Amino acid sequence: MNRNPYSPHTDADRRDMLAAIGVSSVDDLLGAIPSDARRPALGLPQGMSEAEVQAHLASLAARNRPAGAGPFFLGGPVQRRYIPAAVPALAFRGEFLTAYTPYQPEISQGTLQSIFEYQSLLSELLAMDVVNSSMYEGASAVAEAALMAVRVTGRKRVVVATDVYFQYRETLRTYARGPELEIVEVPTRDLASSAAGVACLIVQHPDALGTLVDVRRIADAAHAAGALLVQVTEPHACALLEPPGKLGADIVVGEGQPLGIPMSFGGPYLGIIACRDALVRQMPGRIVGETRDANGMRGFVNTLQTREQHIRREKATSNICTNEAIAAIVASVYLALMGPEGLRAAARLGVERAHRLAERLAAVPGCGIGNDGAFFDRFLLTTPLGEEAVHAALRAEGIEGGGVAGRDGYTGRRGLIVQCTEMTTDAEMDALVRALGSTVAGAREKVTAR
Amino acid sequence: MRLPESGAATAAPALEPLLFELARDGRAGRHVRGAENADALIPAEFRRREPLRLPQLTEPQVVRHYMHLSEINYSVDTGMYPLGSCTMKYNPKVNDRVAALPGFAEIHPRQDDATVQGALALLWELEQLLVKVTGMDAVTLQPAAGAHAEFTAMLVFKAYHASRGDGGTRRRVIVPDSAHGTNPASAAMCGFEVTTVKSDARGNIDLDALKAALGPDVVGLMLTNPNTLGLFEERVRAVCDAVHAVGGLVYGDGANMNALLGLVRPGDLGLDCIHINVHKTFSTPHGGGGPGAGPLCVKERLRPFLPSPGIVREADGTFRRSSDDRPRSVGRVRSFFGSFGVLVRAYAYMRTLGDGGMVETSEDAILAANYLAARLRGRYELAYDRPCMHEFVLSAAAQKKKGAAALDIAKALIDEGFHPSSVYFPLIVPEAMMIEPTETEPKETLDAFADALLRIADRVDSDAASLHEAPLTAPLRRLDEVTAARHPVLRWKSPS
Amino acid sequence: MSVPDDLRYSKEHEWVRVDGDIATVGITHFAQEQLGDVVFVELPGQGSAVKQFASLGVVESVKAASDVYAPISGEITERNMKVIEKPELVNQEPYGNGWLVKVRVADKGEVGKLLSPADYRAHIGETAPSGA
Repeated sequence: MNRNPYSPHTDADRRDMLAAIGVSSVDDLLGAIPSDARRPALGLPQGMSEAEVQAHLASLAARNRPAGAGPFFLGGPVQRRYIPAAVPALAFRGEFLTAYTPYQPEISQGTLQSIFEYQSLLSELLAMDVVNSSMYEGASAVAEAALMAVRVTGRKRVVVATDVYFQYRETLRTYARGPELEIVEVPTRDLASSAAGVACLIVQHPDALGTLVDVRRIADAAHAAGALLVQVTEPHACALLEPPGKLGADIVVGEGQPLGIPMSFGGPYLGIIACRDALVRQMPGRIVGETRDANGMRGFVNTLQTREQHIRREKATSNICTNEAIAAIVASVYLALMGPEGLRAAARLGVERAHRLAERLAAVPGCGIGNDGAFFDRFLLTTPLGEEAVHAALRAEGIEGGGVAGRDGYTGRRGLIVQCTEMTTDAEMDALVRALGSTVAGAREKVTAR
Repeated sequence: MRLPESGAATAAPALEPLLFELARDGRAGRHVRGAENADALIPAEFRRREPLRLPQLTEPQVVRHYMHLSEINYSVDTGMYPLGSCTMKYNPKVNDRVAALPGFAEIHPRQDDATVQGALALLWELEQLLVKVTGMDAVTLQPAAGAHAEFTAMLVFKAYHASRGDGGTRRRVIVPDSAHGTNPASAAMCGFEVTTVKSDARGNIDLDALKAALGPDVVGLMLTNPNTLGLFEERVRAVCDAVHAVGGLVYGDGANMNALLGLVRPGDLGLDCIHINVHKTFSTPHGGGGPGAGPLCVKERLRPFLPSPGIVREADGTFRRSSDDRPRSVGRVRSFFGSFGVLVRAYAYMRTLGDGGMVETSEDAILAANYLAARLRGRYELAYDRPCMHEFVLSAAAQKKKGAAALDIAKALIDEGFHPSSVYFPLIVPEAMMIEPTETEPKETLDAFADALLRIADRVDSDAASLHEAPLTAPLRRLDEVTAARHPVLRWKSPS
Repeated sequence: MSVPDDLRYSKEHEWVRVDGDIATVGITHFAQEQLGDVVFVELPGQGSAVKQFASLGVVESVKAASDVYAPISGEITERNMKVIEKPELVNQEPYGNGWLVKVRVADKGEVGKLLSPADYRAHIGETAPSGA
C-alpha cells in the first residue's frame, strides 16, 4: 500500500519500471549520495488521512479570531474588503491555479490574456503607461522601485517619507544593504526640499495615516533635481483621487490585496508596480505583450524578456522569477465584476464611514484627529491616554481598534490608525465610540479618585 | 519606445475578446453600492478628474469570459506537465480548502498574537518540519519565493561576514554554469560579483576549477543539488569543504528538493543553508507564475542574521512573534509574515505525507525520471548518461542536425497532447530538453509521454520539416515574439 | 557580401569604417546572423566618450542580450536613430542603414589593433573571401 496518498504506482508498476531501468531497487539509483547520510530518520509524525488533515487544520483555524468576529478597524496596506462570490469561483479554477508560468503561449492563452487584462486595468486605474505582471507584495515592490530609480539615475541616495508604511520603509532598508544605498527618511513636508542628488523621492498618497498629500509639488521638485518620483498608492483610493500618472509619478507601487485577495495573515498578496514608457527597460519582472500567431490570430506572450534573470543573469533588472500571477488574475476578475461604479462605491463607503466615525470619536473628551490635513478612508485617532493602553482596553472589549502608530515607527505620531471600508458597519462604529468613551471616562475617574 | 496607435489591437481575429471589448457603458455589476455623496468629503484639488475607463460588464459576462479563458489554458489539472526544474506535481484540493478556512483567510497580519495563536502554531510547527527535513537548525518563512530566499541568504551571508570583520573584503559569489539565472541575479542584487565555474564531464562542479576560483574574497558558493541536470553532486562534501576552507559559506538552492525528501538532508552534507520552493516540493499550486513561498533554513551560526520577526514558543505552549533569537537580523524582506496561505497548503501536505509518504515521494520521483530516461535512451541523446534523480536532460542536437530543433520537438509535443518539457535550459547542454515527470503521474501516462516523444523522433527522421508547423491542434499556432518585442503592446488602449 | 573588403573588424564582431576623423561602427553580418532577429538596440548619446574594446551598447534579440564593444576610442558624434526605431535594419543591412554610431576618432593608431577582412574571415571560420 502506498504511504503517499497521491502516489499512483502499484507494486507491479514499480517492479516493471525498475526492470526497465535495469536495477533492482531505487537504492541502486542513489549511489551518488554519501552512504552514511542516506535515508536519515526524519522523525516526522505519521501521515494523516484527508479527513484527519481537514480536522487538524480546522482546529488550528479555530484558534484564530477572524475579522468578522468583532468590530474591526485594522487596515493599512491590508484591508478587509468585500470579495464578490464570483472572484474565487473563477480565478481559483484549476486551469488557472495549477498552470505554470506561460512559457508555451500556444496553450497558455488563458493566463496570458488574463495578465494582459490585469496590466490594462491597472494602467487605466493608475493612469500609467506600463504595469508589469506582478511583484510579490507592496513592500518589496517599493524596494524594487528604488533599485529601478538607482539604475535609471546612477545615483545611490533614496529619500523616503516617514509617513510611508513602516513595513515598506523597513523592507527598503533591508534591500538597500545589498547595493549599499543610502536611505534617508524625512517628513513628507520636507520631501520637496530633499531632492538634490537623489535617485528618487518616495511619497505615499494617501499616506500611512490616511492623509492626502500634494504629490504634484513633490514630483516637480524631484524632476527639477533630475530625480524620479515614486508614489506608493492604494487601488481603491485611485478610483476617487487624481491618479498617480496625472500627478507626475514616474514609478507607482502599491499593495493589490484590497482587490479581492483575502487578508490571509500576510500573504500571498499582489505587488503592483507601474512606470512610464521611457523606463520600461528598467522594469523588473515579467510583462505580457500582444502579438499575432502564424495564422494572424491575436495572442499574448511574455515579452521584453531580456530584462529578466533567465536571460541576463547577473545583469538582470531583478532576480524575481516566481511572481503573483494568480493574484493578478484575482484582481482582474474583481475589477471586471465591480466595474468603475462598484470600485468607486467601495472606496466612497470607506471615505464616508471614516469621516462619520472620526467626527464621533473626536467628540469623546480629550480625543482628536491627528492628521496633518484632509484624510481619505483612515485617520489617526489621538487619545488622552497612552495609545497602547487604549488599544489594549479596546482589545479587551473584543474590538480591533486599529494600528498603533508609535509601535510602527511613524516618527512623532501617537494614536490609533483607524481604517474604514465598505465592510465597516454602523454597529461596529457604535461599539468603538462607546468603548473609547468608557475607556477615557474610566481613566478620568481613576485620576479623579486619586 | 514606440507603442502602436490605438485601434490596431482590435483588428486581428481573437480567441476571446478582451474585457474592454465586451463592455458597454451602463452595465456595471454593482456588487457594492452606496455613499454616492461621499466625494464631497474629499477636497476638490485631490479628486479624480481623469476618466476611470474600467470596463462595465454584467456578472454572467465576466463568468463566461473567464470560463472561455480557462478552456485555452493548460494546467496540471488538465494534463501531464513535465517541465524540468519546475516540479509540476499534482496539487491536492484539500490544501486549497483548508487555506480558505475563515480562521486562516480572514485574519489580518497586524492582529495581536493572542488572536492568531492557531496561525502562529501552524507556522511554528511548519518550521519544525522543515528543520527535520533539511537537517538545518533555524528557519525564516518570510521569503515570497525561491529567488527571494536567495537574495535573503545573500544578505545573511553579507551580515555574517561583516560580523566577523571581513565584510568589506568578501565580494565574490561562485555560481556553477548549470545554475538557474536567479542565482547570479540574486548575488548581483546584493552587490556581489559573480564568478562562474564550469561543470565536468560527469555533470558535477569541476572541483579543480572551483578550487582555482576560491580565495579570501569569496562570500560563498550557490549550489543546486541535485543540479539542473538532475544529477546529484558526487563530491558534494569535498565541494563544501573547499568553500569552507577559504572562510566561505555554501548556499543550497532547494529548487530540486523533491528528489531528496527522506533520502538525504542537505544539512548533513555540509551546506550552511537551503531554501525550499514550497510550490515545487510541497505541492502548492503555481498559479500561472505564482505565488510561491521560499522558506530559508539555516545552520545555527546564521540564525542571528535571519529576517525578523520569527516565532517563539513559550513555556506555557503559547506562541508569539519575536526577534529575540536574531539580534543581528538583516531586517524584513517583505511586509508581514510570508505567503501564509501558501504555507498553510504546504503544512497540510507535509502532515498528509508524514514520515513514510515523504520518502516515498522522492523515491517515486526518481523512479519515474529514470524510467522515462530508460525508455528514451537510444532515440535521444542523454546529456549525461548516469542515474539521475528526479529529472534528466536530453540533447536534441542530433535531431537539430536533421532539421528539427528542441523548440520544434517541444511544439510537436503539444500536438501529442502534452505540455512540453523545459527547453534550452540548462545552458550548458546544446538543444537541451529537461524532463521532470514528478511522482504523481501514473505509469500509463509516463508510457504515453515516452511513446509521444518516440513518435516525434520517428517524424524527425522521416520529415523533420513537418515539425516546423507544430503546433497545429493548440488554440493558437506559434506566436510572433519578435514583433511583440520590437513593437511592444503592453495594454489595451481605448480606440477613441 | 558577408565580410566587405573596405572595413576593419574586431574579434567581438564589430566593424568600423574610418573616413577622415569620423569612424562609422556597426555589427557584422555574421554577428546579426548569430543573434537572430534583433528587437532592440541601446546606444550611447551624442557626446559620450567610448573606449576601444569597452562596452558601447547592447543589441537584443528575443532571448538574448549582447554587449556591443567599441572597436575604436573617441567621442560619439551621432547615433543611428533609424536603427533605434527599426532594429530590424541591423539584420537587413548590417553594413548599410543598420550602422550603430559614428565616432570622432581619438587615435587613428588604434585601427592597427583591428582585424583585416582576411583575418576576420579566418576568425569566423570563413576560409575564402566572400563571393569567391
